[in-house]
Amino acid sequence: MNIAVKGNLEEARDAAYALPLDQVNPAQGILFQTDTMWPYFERLRKEDPVHYTADSEFGPYWSITKYNDIMAVDTNHQVFSSDFSHGGITIGGGQANFEPLPMFIAMDPPRHDIQRKVVTPVVSPANLEYLGPIIRERAGKILDSLPIGEPFDWVDKVSIELTTMTLATLFDFPFEERRKLTYWSDVVTAVPGHGIIDTFDQKLAVLQEYHAYFTELWNQRVNASEVKGDLISMLAHNPATRNMEPREYFGNIVLLTVGGNDTTRNTITGSVLALNQNPDQYRKLRENPALIPSMVSETIRWQTPLAHMRRTALCDYEFQGKHIKKGDKVVMWYVSGNRDEEVIERPNDYIVDRENPRRHISFGFGIHRCVGNRLAELQLQIIWEEIFKRFPAIEQVAEPKRTYSTFVKGYEHFHVVIPKRN
Amino acid sequence: MPKIKYIEHSGKEHEVEVPAGWSVMEGAVKNLIPGIDADCGGACACATCHVFVDPAFEAKIPPKSDMEETMLDFAPEIAPNSRLSCQIKVAPELDGLIVRMPKSQH
Repeated sequence: MNIAVKGNLEEARDAAYALPLDQVNPAQGILFQTDTMWPYFERLRKEDPVHYTADSEFGPYWSITKYNDIMAVDTNHQVFSSDFSHGGITIGGGQANFEPLPMFIAMDPPRHDIQRKVVTPVVSPANLEYLGPIIRERAGKILDSLPIGEPFDWVDKVSIELTTMTLATLFDFPFEERRKLTYWSDVVTAVPGHGIIDTFDQKLAVLQEYHAYFTELWNQRVNASEVKGDLISMLAHNPATRNMEPREYFGNIVLLTVGGNDTTRNTITGSVLALNQNPDQYRKLRENPALIPSMVSETIRWQTPLAHMRRTALCDYEFQGKHIKKGDKVVMWYVSGNRDEEVIERPNDYIVDRENPRRHISFGFGIHRCVGNRLAELQLQIIWEEIFKRFPAIEQVAEPKRTYSTFVKGYEHFHVVIPKRN
Repeated sequence: MPKIKYIEHSGKEHEVEVPAGWSVMEGAVKNLIPGIDADCGGACACATCHVFVDPAFEAKIPPKSDMEETMLDFAPEIAPNSRLSCQIKVAPELDGLIVRMPKSQH
């Protein structure tokens, strides 16, 4: 069994507060892997909420750490660009070995708006109604196949399985080969040397295989006599996207793969972890399953499956008394905004019946707000409704192994045991 | 105080008095009327307080800002009388306003 090191939070707090303020640098994968980034953000929110780090492995960057400041940056796309040509939407974009792909999340208006609207119908209210029963049937089968009384990896057997099936349906991807999607998604976000990929060359080789596979699917769909409602067909047949460069098609596929996979997967795992860490909340939920929608929103806040989004300043800009310069990298730390005590009461507590659980920043705000938010919530809601029909408890048997990443806040493994069926 | 009628997608009606100066969104949320989520808290930064304004009142409400236009543009099931209710300020001339809610907020 793979048991990860969990850092000591008290030691991390001492370390975070001992640093000279100008050396505080939360963008370190190791802090996220050991779950010890919290005190760094806590200190920044208090002492320097718009903070400049001059030196990091990602070069110089600004940290935006408070909820309302993140909202202000996120909604000001005229000043704070997402465009791939400036480095895109992650802190590492634009560095050596990482030239961001064109994809609509990493574009500004008007190109962003046009492409986003092409794929939005896949999560329309009508399509969610169609997907609901399919997801429910699959969730039931997955849960019925789990071992009783012996430990297993919840990430692999449930979180990945359910979300990958959904993603395969959205793409109309060959169902038996769906774990390719999981693998490619993990490779896209992997930091070489810290997980499934050792070198950039290896990563590139896998991405080429991924691209080739989706090129083949495009060719099949673009020539199909009957146009279906999957994402590839939508892109291949819409006048706004059918003449895209191959690289731009691939960029959008990467976006839809990672967006529809990692995030919900890690929040499903996070829900089991959070309820185990808070047995009183687990009891409350079990006694009143009507709280599931509220628990789902609370988990999305608590987990914050994407820790940040990055922007690039298009001009010199005065923000909260700081001088952001044209070309500066600006990182909105959603993971910190979701713990901002000025906006969220008792932000470090996990409360399944919180008064206003939808008040979180995990989906972002403004024009880049998550397209698939309702589908994510639907999958979480269904899995928990089906869990309660079957199991009185899911018990954590070890600390999860967390992802080494400043972007994907998630879990590689999480071992649990289900003691018995209802 | 201006009266506003909120009609849920199911047809269920809620008529409440809302103080001038509040937004139509606040009038729903603070009276616990379901169907308006207002995830961003009224910042015109999502589209989860989408309503359809009764045609008789459309001309009495100031036009949409660019941001409201854009956020609505990304929402499903939009009509010409679609508005974000956080952007409609309640005023005496809106007494009797009727807003209908979409099936779901996205």
